[in-house]
Parts: sequence; C-alpha cells; structure tokens
Amino acid sequence: MANDWPLWEVFIRGQYGLSHRHVGSLHAPDAEMAMLNARDVYTRRNEGMSIWVVKSADVTASAPSRKGPMFDPSNDKTYRHPTFFDIPDDVESM
Amino acid sequence: MFEFLLRMGDNTLVLGHRVSEWCGHAPVLEEDIALANISLDLIGQTRLWLGLAGEVEGQGRDADALAFRRDVWDFRNLLICERPNRDFGHTLMRQFLFDLWHFERLSDLSLSVDDRIAGIAAKCVKEADYHLERSKDLIVRLGDGTVESHSKMQTALTALWPYIGEMFTDDALDAKMADAGIAPLPSSQHVRFHKALNETLAAATLMRPTNDFAQMGGRSGTHTEDLGHMLATMQFLQRAYPDARW
Repeated sequence: MANDWPLWEVFIRGQYGLSHRHVGSLHAPDAEMAMLNARDVYTRRNEGMSIWVVKSADVTASAPSRKGPMFDPSNDKTYRHPTFFDIPDDVESM
Repeated sequence: MFEFLLRMGDNTLVLGHRVSEWCGHAPVLEEDIALANISLDLIGQTRLWLGLAGEVEGQGRDADALAFRRDVWDFRNLLICERPNRDFGHTLMRQFLFDLWHFERLSDLSLSVDDRIAGIAAKCVKEADYHLERSKDLIVRLGDGTVESHSKMQTALTALWPYIGEMFTDDALDAKMADAGIAPLPSSQHVRFHKALNETLAAATLMRPTNDFAQMGGRSGTHTEDLGHMLATMQFLQRAYPDARW
C-alpha cells in the first residue's frame, strides 16, 4: 500500500528567524496528506512553526562523483573565508 | 459534578486505549504514528478530566486511581468509545463520529461558567480540531475511494450508527449541569452534529442509515461486554501489582 505512495521530503522551521531545515521523509498519497503526516511524524515535541513538504522526485541533487569540482573550497585562498570578523555576543543564530 | 467529569474523562480514556491498540499494527507507518498521537492526546485529556474529578470528589483518588481502580459499571463513557477496533475503516469511522461530537462538545464547554472546565475544554478543543480535520479527510478519501474502501466505510457507518443517539440524549444530570451553566444540554448539539455529518457523508458518497434505533447506557454505567475485556488488559498491572511504580 505505502509502496504506491510517493515519497515526500519534510522541512520544518523551528522558530521565527531561522530557516526551514530538512528533518526527514515520509510516504503520502498527495500533498495534503503529506502535510498531515508530517505534522504527526515530525512535530509532536514542539519543534515546528511552519512545515514544507516537497515531493522527493522534485528534488534535484548533486552527484557525489562531482564532489571535487563542486565543493573543493580552495582552502589556500584565505580571502574567501570570512573568518576575520568578531561576531558580537548579542547576535544569535548565525 | 464528579459524575459529569467522569463522563468526559472516561470517553477519552476508553477511546484513547482503544486507539492505542493499533500501535504497531496500522497499515502504514505514517498512520501508525498518527493513531498513536491521537491516542496520546486523548489520554492526556483524560488526565485533566479525571484529575479534576478526583479533586472534586475529595476522597484522595487521583486520575490513575480513577482510571485503573474502577470496575466496568463505574465507567461513564459513551458506548461508541468502547466498540472494538475491527478493521481500519471501522476504527476511522468511530473516530470521525466521536471527533465530530467531541469538537462541538469541547467548543461549548470552553464557555462554561466553571473556569476549571472552561480551561480544560479550551486546551483540549485544539487537539480535537486537528483530530476532526484528519478523520474527516480520511472518511471522504476512503468513502469516495475504491469499491472496496467504499463498502468497508459504509459497513462501518451502519454498524456504528446505533451508537450516535446516546450522544444527544439528556438525563437528570445533564439538566442539572445545564441549569448551573456548567454544560449545555447534549441535545443542543444534535442539529449541528447532523448538519456537519450530512455534509461529510455526501462528500464521502456514503448513505445515511435510516434506522433511528439508539443503544444507550454507557453514560450511566451499563456497558457492552467489550469494555470488560478492554479493562482486563488496561488495568492488569495495577490490579496484579497494586501501587507498582517505575
């Protein structure tokens, strides 16, 4: 039965000011049920302010084999890394 | 008042336990978790109602004592809450009929002149609202689904139909509660309930049974055999090992 249902990825925003985070996936016949299921499976301990559900098939993912060209961070180019700034203590959630 | 609180708390306790029997057995993982959540919500509501009932009674009984140390004839739940799960469709139909009644009842009780009752109802009505959204959605999907799902939902509706009448039948206690402004008469919900029910049944392409026969007795302690079997399981630990803690 569940095998006929598409897979959905669930994103939850924990509080205002933060972005939605991927929390997991689930099966559901359509978006409405995916939303209800997401609420039941992932938000029962006060985690959520907002939920997004996206069909897994609609996610375009990068290929692990392209890791080098995609992500090699050129660590020798220190000017690319914003590590020379002090972040004030009052700034939360950076 | 004590009796009235038992009626509220026993509904959610007995149905909550029934729904929990699905834990680990539901047709798909997502439904399994959803049913367990509903069960936990209902048992959480039970703690509030029976906790207050124990306070009002003043005999030193807390919610646990009331839940695990009373016998069948002391339970005051609607009969529909104790009906066995049978198949998934039957469970969902029972849930939907209860949710529809429960949501309206809690909405009314949130206006009670008794602050404690109004407070509990206002807290529980949010959960009931979600339960109803979910069960109504599933009734429409399965009723207006395949030939097989339609026929299962129709069978469930016909089987549970005689248990609706009890929800709206007033007795002497109801009259007292209504006079005191604590809770409106159950019969005052009748029209609203059936209007909402008709809308959902139409959307679900289900036929409304014409028989008006109603099974009664749960609210005054006359139960079906099934409740005794359920309590035997539910109360086993506290009966065999009184005061056991862990």
